[in-house]
Amino acid sequence: MPSEYLWLIPLLPFAGFLINGTLGRKFPRALVSAVALISTAVPAAIVAWLWSAMLAPGAPGVINITSGPWIAISDFQVNFAFTVDHLTLIMLGVVTGVGFLIHIYSVGYMAHEEGYWRFFAYLNLFMFFMSVLVLASSFLLLFVGWEGVGLASYLLIGFYFKKDSAADAGKKAFIVNRIGDFGFLLAMFLLVQNFGSLDFGHVFNAISVNPDWHGGILTAIALLLVVGAAGKSAQIPLYVWLPDAMEGPTPVSALIHAATMVTAGIYMVARCHTLFDRSPYALGVVAIIGAVTAIFAASMGMVQHDIKRVLAYSTVSQLGYMFLACGVGAYAAGIFHLVTHAFFKALLFLAAGSVIHALGGEQDMRNMGGLRQRIPVTFWTMTAAVFAICGVWPFAGFYSKDEILFRAFVSDNPIAKLLWLVGLITAGMTAFYMFRLWFKTFFGEPRFEESSDLHNHGAAVHTHADTHAVLVANHDDNHSAHGVHESPWIMLFPLVILGILSVVGGWIGVPAAQGGHNEIEHFLDPVFSTGAAEAVTASRGLELGLAAISLVVVAIGFYIAFLLYYRKPGTAASYAQRFPALYRLVSNKFYIDELYGLVIVTPLLMFTRLILGGLIDTGLVNGSGWAAAAIARGTGAAANRAQSGNIRSYAGWLALGAALVLLVMIFGRALWAL
Amino acid sequence: MHAQVPISAYLILAAVLFSIGVGAFLIKRNIITVFMSIELMLNAVNLTFVAFAHSWHQIGGQIFVFFVMVVAAAEAAVGLAIIIAIFRTRQTLNVDQIDLMKS
Repeated sequence: MPSEYLWLIPLLPFAGFLINGTLGRKFPRALVSAVALISTAVPAAIVAWLWSAMLAPGAPGVINITSGPWIAISDFQVNFAFTVDHLTLIMLGVVTGVGFLIHIYSVGYMAHEEGYWRFFAYLNLFMFFMSVLVLASSFLLLFVGWEGVGLASYLLIGFYFKKDSAADAGKKAFIVNRIGDFGFLLAMFLLVQNFGSLDFGHVFNAISVNPDWHGGILTAIALLLVVGAAGKSAQIPLYVWLPDAMEGPTPVSALIHAATMVTAGIYMVARCHTLFDRSPYALGVVAIIGAVTAIFAASMGMVQHDIKRVLAYSTVSQLGYMFLACGVGAYAAGIFHLVTHAFFKALLFLAAGSVIHALGGEQDMRNMGGLRQRIPVTFWTMTAAVFAICGVWPFAGFYSKDEILFRAFVSDNPIAKLLWLVGLITAGMTAFYMFRLWFKTFFGEPRFEESSDLHNHGAAVHTHADTHAVLVANHDDNHSAHGVHESPWIMLFPLVILGILSVVGGWIGVPAAQGGHNEIEHFLDPVFSTGAAEAVTASRGLELGLAAISLVVVAIGFYIAFLLYYRKPGTAASYAQRFPALYRLVSNKFYIDELYGLVIVTPLLMFTRLILGGLIDTGLVNGSGWAAAAIARGTGAAANRAQSGNIRSYAGWLALGAALVLLVMIFGRALWAL
Repeated sequence: MHAQVPISAYLILAAVLFSIGVGAFLIKRNIITVFMSIELMLNAVNLTFVAFAHSWHQIGGQIFVFFVMVVAAAEAAVGLAIIIAIFRTRQTLNVDQIDLMKS
């Protein structure tokens, strides 16, 4: 049975991390890649085996394995235990599958970077923690994975640690996530207090067998979990770290900040659906956060010039969709979108990385254009991804996004129609900014300079300009003869696989209204068991109508992008000039970073410097230290004077002391009696 | 039966000898005199030991006196050697000028 090898899924990447992390510096690059690839390929194979075993008829819906207690304090116990149900299976498939593809891509992308071994060690560490996160059968073990992926994210965002902006972005991601983790921790404390356990099964059973539990403490726990999820999944108000996280190498953006880690919040909410179902208030908060984040991030994505930042805001926006789905109780739809999004967003990032690679480190879309024929494989795979994210029929995003919009429309949330409308407008904006990226990168006149810089090394520089020698030595002649070049096949292979998945990935969830069976929803039924299938069949015509509306909206988004960036490339700038205030507001990201700086960071710094630094540290801590030193010095000086070096004075003091002792012995008792 | 000398007489004699020793230790500057005053103090103490041992019929006090005498003899041997060494290096026996330990 594959379940006997389940523990290998997290452990092999950890072994890879240890090997590459300790010995990798001395290994040749090929050996580092081999270690990293094997330690991710084998878990992927085990997951595939697990899939086939659990899809077999009569297979158990849930596999539990326990390797003994971890924490045991009187009645309270936490085990090292993994659970695999259908939800975990989907997550494992995404994490190990997409993770493995991105590892392959990284071998090509990072080939000329310093710290090659370090990069793969971190990447394997991430895979270890992410597997723990999705396999965990208790809140505490999930939290271990949760913190661990945060650590790996921090290390990888700050991979180019010599660059200040990268180091700062890493710290920002870590600190903002701390705020979310604080909520998660408080939620766990409440769970221990009210349920006496952190085990998923125990807690959810306790809720299930008490149908009269509603709101109250459950709402408190759910809302605190939402704080944690908002931090990890970059939702309002904690989304600010994700756009800055693009300082990391592009494969990292694809793996951690698009496909897997940032979806941990959605996974957690889906995992705790029993809890959320009992708290309509918390669900409403999730839905509103999701909808607002979706449209807000999409608006910021429309004016970015950095290709990776556009994708970052797009990720925030798509995560908002998934939150919205969870918030209206359509967990299966949220997980569905999570899967398709993992395919097409990972592909978008990898393709963007290929573009950046082709242009020798250029990330600004204003300096791209006309790349269609120069890098055809990248162009076609990226096209598939763009169509998928925009929700063009029959690409992957169409089915998952429409499922979310439909479920938002028919949900019993009091503002269901508004949520749907926001989602619909966001879909139009998504189409606009994605096609803007598409046109600006691949169409029109080339705006990059095939300068001497490119001719000279013509290879991946990404961020380091000091690797010329290596680059020239390692690259083929046809590369250096030609500035813009298609990426090597080791990078294109994952692009092609993900491109196919971006096309067909949505077919696992074709709704009944369009003649499908919505396999993914039925597959997840044992986990979510909401009985929502009836609602879907009841309104087949409505579903088709909504799908048609969203297709029209996508077409409008496409047409505007087509007009502004293909037909008349100058018009966008003139519109920007006509509304300078609005443009400045949006392109400065609504000044949210500045607002946070003003409201939170600056007061905190002032408080730290003045109260903690000035009063407490300098005054109290240093002051007491100084006082102790002064007392010691004074006593020392007084005692020093007694040490005259004159033997007779010592003898005199001795005699005086002896006389005093004698006097006390003789008269002491009398004195005591007084 | 001859009259027993009372123990107080021995103690008073010992106290007087000890006080003379202390006084000499404090007043005299010559290191050899200082040394002699130490011997005087030791012997004053020895006297009290013997007196008490006799008075209480305890043999331990007398044994202890032998120990003190042995130590005093050893001390005299070492101390006189040190004094000779000091005199050779510093050409003086005045304790006020031998203050190397001063901070």
